[in-house]
Amino acid sequence: MSVAAPVPKPVGPSLKVVYKSSTKPTWCPGCGDYGVVAGVERALQTLQVPPHEVVIVSGIGCSSNLPHFLSTYGFHSIHGRAIPVAEGIKLANHRLHVIVTGGDGDGYGIGLGHLIHAMRRNLDITYVVMNNEIYGLTTGQASPTSVMGHKTKSTPQGVIEEPVNPVALALSAGATYVARGFSGDVKLLSDLVAGGIQHKGFALVDVFSPCVTYNHLNTFDFFRQRVYRLDSAQHDPTDLQKAYQKAHEWGTKIPIGLFYRAEKPTYEDLEEALKEGPLVHQKAGIRGRTEILDEFV
Amino acid sequence: MKDIALRTGGAAGDGIATIGETFGRFFTRNGYHAFGHTGYQSVIRGGHVWFQARAGTDRVWSQGDGCDLLYALDKQTVDIHAPSLRQGGVLIYDPEKFSVPAEEIPHGVTPLEVPTLAIARKFSSNSILQSAAGMGAAAYVAGVPMETLQGLLTDSFRRKGEEVLAQNLGAAQGGYEHARAHGRVLDRALPPKGGSPKLFLSGNQAISLGAAAAGVKFLAQYPMTPASSIMHWMAAHARALHIVVKQAEDELAAINMAIGASHAGVRSMTATSGGGFSLMVEALGMAGMTETPLVVVESQRSGPSTGLPTKTEQGDLNLMLGAGQGEFPRAILAPGNVVEAFRLTRQAFDLAEAFQTPVLVASDLYLSEDMQSADREDFPLDFDPPSLFTVPEPPSGQNGYARYAITPSGVSPRAIPGQKGLNFIAGSDEHDEKGHLISDVLSGVPMWVEKRKQMMDKRMRKLDGIRAATSPPTVEGSPHPSLLIVGWGSTANPVRDAMRSLEEQGIPVGYLQIHQPWPLHAGRVGEILRAAPKVLLVEENYSGQLGRLIRAETGFEIPAKLLKYDGEPFYPWEIVQKVREVVGRVRSGAGS
Ligand SMILES: Cc1ncc(C[n+]2csc(CCOP(=O)(O)OP(=O)(O)O)c2C)c(N)n1
Ligand code: SF4
Ligand SMILES: [Mg+2]
Repeated sequence: MSVAAPVPKPVGPSLKVVYKSSTKPTWCPGCGDYGVVAGVERALQTLQVPPHEVVIVSGIGCSSNLPHFLSTYGFHSIHGRAIPVAEGIKLANHRLHVIVTGGDGDGYGIGLGHLIHAMRRNLDITYVVMNNEIYGLTTGQASPTSVMGHKTKSTPQGVIEEPVNPVALALSAGATYVARGFSGDVKLLSDLVAGGIQHKGFALVDVFSPCVTYNHLNTFDFFRQRVYRLDSAQHDPTDLQKAYQKAHEWGTKIPIGLFYRAEKPTYEDLEEALKEGPLVHQKAGIRGRTEILDEFV
Repeated sequence: MKDIALRTGGAAGDGIATIGETFGRFFTRNGYHAFGHTGYQSVIRGGHVWFQARAGTDRVWSQGDGCDLLYALDKQTVDIHAPSLRQGGVLIYDPEKFSVPAEEIPHGVTPLEVPTLAIARKFSSNSILQSAAGMGAAAYVAGVPMETLQGLLTDSFRRKGEEVLAQNLGAAQGGYEHARAHGRVLDRALPPKGGSPKLFLSGNQAISLGAAAAGVKFLAQYPMTPASSIMHWMAAHARALHIVVKQAEDELAAINMAIGASHAGVRSMTATSGGGFSLMVEALGMAGMTETPLVVVESQRSGPSTGLPTKTEQGDLNLMLGAGQGEFPRAILAPGNVVEAFRLTRQAFDLAEAFQTPVLVASDLYLSEDMQSADREDFPLDFDPPSLFTVPEPPSGQNGYARYAITPSGVSPRAIPGQKGLNFIAGSDEHDEKGHLISDVLSGVPMWVEKRKQMMDKRMRKLDGIRAATSPPTVEGSPHPSLLIVGWGSTANPVRDAMRSLEEQGIPVGYLQIHQPWPLHAGRVGEILRAAPKVLLVEENYSGQLGRLIRAETGFEIPAKLLKYDGEPFYPWEIVQKVREVVGRVRSGAGS
């Protein structure tokens, strides 16, 4: 049984599209983000979307370097602002597949405000968060998802605040596709990302993507011992209440997979100005429309 | 020159803006240029609001220095504004609302009691109708034909239905008749001039119109006075003009959305005031680094911090010049009136696109919210925005497409996402011609150290291009002035009125208006300044920010300064007085 939206088999002869770029990732050996770039690449392979119709937007962080490692269009923006940049791109040309990739600091810390609004807007964007429960690029401070008691460079006595629960947050903010992956399970991850891309609306794919250098608590082993698949547990992704319950499971058993999916009109569907197609292909300007001046008489 | 000013005031919620605009159109519909100055406080109900409309036998440029008619809807208005009434003026009020003791009426001013509420009651139980009666009385006193007011009321109330329109027309007629029976026409009244009516609009409306003419397709904005009405105009026209107007969750989102939309190929903008612009600073640099065209309107208000939210200032020039870490090319355009607001906003989009970099349009509350007249021809709508798909084919050659190719102009051929075979990464990190990061494992490696320098040089070269593509400033006014005034933005309006008074007083004055503070045409500005017998800097800020910029760029220190930072725009008399002082022609009681 598939965990995500049904993924179509590529039809006809395989196009052999290359999604990898010639730039080699600069992540530490063993970094969880390798699994994530592999998962995104595989999702694109599965869907066979032309690379020039995909824009991958990121912020700043180790994880936010991801767009450089794929051959699509990309926008490597500033820390915490990937979401609004992506929203602008999507509104200007909603035929593009817009994917946002970044870290937990980027998305759940500095950029959290934007994320909540993007989810309630239900723009058709897929957001893949490489959640390593740490600030990697800045060498190991606590992140908004670092758990209570986690000792980091900025919290030598241990974190004393509750972590953000991205899945629960997304459910309450109105996201219409809420999933969690693990970079140790690339197959599941690529299905979840492909499902998110196919889903009409905002998709959040939170991914456990261990930082092998700065987080010695939430390691690959930590997750391997705890994660279980929601699809194997007969979870119904259309049941919001169940999804909330699952979102709060943490401890010895942690669910991964698709928590929730709902059909709702997207922001692009409702935006009047897009009724006649992507903004970028519409006529611009008001040449000759002098009647516009009448209101000032 | 004979001028006339009609003022009205009352509490927030009294509809003062509508009355004031109507006063302005008394003149513009009859072929005169006019200026409409609005004053209000940062409270929604109960705060004091006033509006002054002014016109003259010659064109007037500012609110002027006094008023000839005051229509007061509350007693506070009399207390605040009666002293501004000039000799021969008329004070209109309704004695049913409040009384005005004789000693509070300035010498030479005639009170005209108009039973506006009683007239209104004849037509409706809705007391809002009183203002139609008041406007009727004002029209008579100002020498404005009743037909002008009828036309204005018909245009505003027709869509509310026959009944409402008839009530308004009736109450207006009642007020007009009452004034004819009990009042008199002002000596300064302007007879209808004929000719086509002028347009009467705010700076923000002109900015919006300029953006629409430039082909803007995307506006993201977060509400902040005095920029909000740009979003209001755009939202009201979004459907007809096919523009996406997005109210963002904050200014961080607003500018980043605009950058995203521009990256994807549409002309995009955001607008804000200094507080919001402060939040946009980091993203502005990203637009510079990723070479994304972007127009940002910064409508200044009194700072620092929340400051005086409904008062004007030109205190953000330093901020606009310096916003963003590191260095990147930007342009700052500073319109002074509605016609320039249209023209320079349009130009901002062209420059942003031609040079692939952010362009700021510096406005301020005085320009953004006050109203000015213009002719239809001042807003040419003859422009077809070019398509952005500038790189139709992937350039051949084994190396492929280089988004950031190093060119003599610094401008590289730009691809748009969706174009086949031109895929690239736009990055806020330093990058090479293809957009590859040179910020991590390559940084510090000699070859890439050199590359970094080349990329900086490439981007910064655009400043020369912008300077070459734009016109250096010129001096207006007297060809042989005894003094040259220097300023920027909306201060041009009271300066122009002051120049005319000074001319009449035998003091010829020139004005150097800096329409483009950055990149400054420093060579030309220096020449002009050095040739002037005396120079006076006029700016709405504490430290003379333009003066400092001019000194830095030209080495010319402007010794005499007239600086204002009390939140009010300059009044022409203040400039007249200062000029007389600087040229040594002080006369007690200078001004008018
Ligand atoms: C405005 C701003 N503040 C701070 C930084 C420094 N900074 C860069 S990445 C980062 C956090 C990265 O954490 P995360 O998003 O979780 O990414 P990771 O490196 O863990 O993948 C910070 C604080 C910055 N670049 N910009
Ligand atoms: S520091 Fe951590 S997150 Fe960054 S590349 Fe290394 S392992 Fe990955
Ligand atoms: Mg992280």
